[in-house]
Amino acid sequence: MLTIDQATRDAIVAHARRDHPDEACGIVAGPIDSDLPARFVPMLNAAMSPTFYEFDSGDLLRLYREMDDRDEEPVVIYHSHTATEAYPSRTDINLAGEPGAHYVLVSTRDGADADGTEIEFRSYRIVDGEVTEEEVSIVDGYADDTTLEHTKADS
Amino acid sequence: MAEVRIPTILRNFTGGERAVEAAGATVTDVIADLEANHTGIKERLLENEEVRRFVNIYVNDEDIRFTGGLATSVPDTATVVILPAVAGGSAVHVGTAG
Repeated sequence: MLTIDQATRDAIVAHARRDHPDEACGIVAGPIDSDLPARFVPMLNAAMSPTFYEFDSGDLLRLYREMDDRDEEPVVIYHSHTATEAYPSRTDINLAGEPGAHYVLVSTRDGADADGTEIEFRSYRIVDGEVTEEEVSIVDGYADDTTLEHTKADS
Repeated sequence: MAEVRIPTILRNFTGGERAVEAAGATVTDVIADLEANHTGIKERLLENEEVRRFVNIYVNDEDIRFTGGLATSVPDTATVVILPAVAGGSAVHVGTAG
């Protein structure tokens, strides 16, 4: 199960809507082994495409260095599909490189890019080419003292 | 010896180690030395003797795609970072990350 706070969930949805019809992408980092998505990090989609996303390689290196320095890992890796359902594509499965992460997919298809509409927000584990959907539990905050941080705009 | 940072998905080749040492004057040599000690890892990095499309290799913070590819020289105390691309999307692309 993915447990995620409401503000972070809303920030992911807002990013997906802002970048529609291109795919939006990013991560939510959290303390290693905590399984808590605590630090929202929207990333630039270097592919700037409605059907593909990729972190810029320089941004990727900086992101992983920063997580290393902060003893964090990518708890959530998210992206949007803008014309298809929020389910991992063959490409998503082949390229999934973080077996410990929750892969969150949001779909902005069928008008869901408009604010205030219902939106598909789903989470998966992708390990060795196998996809397992999991429940998403949205909470107001986390029980421990994990600090939530939200950056404002695209990196 | 260069320090090579190993991503989570390839740590099964290094007994769980996050970083290992490898010798070599170029990235090609470093990968050959990695393979000698961690059999199987080369296949995950290279395809037809080229770096896989969705694998990133950096020498001292520079993506080797911009510095000469596998021929990029590796100074003796360099840090080599391997990171699988974070990529995907609804389109069909062929390839694997590491």
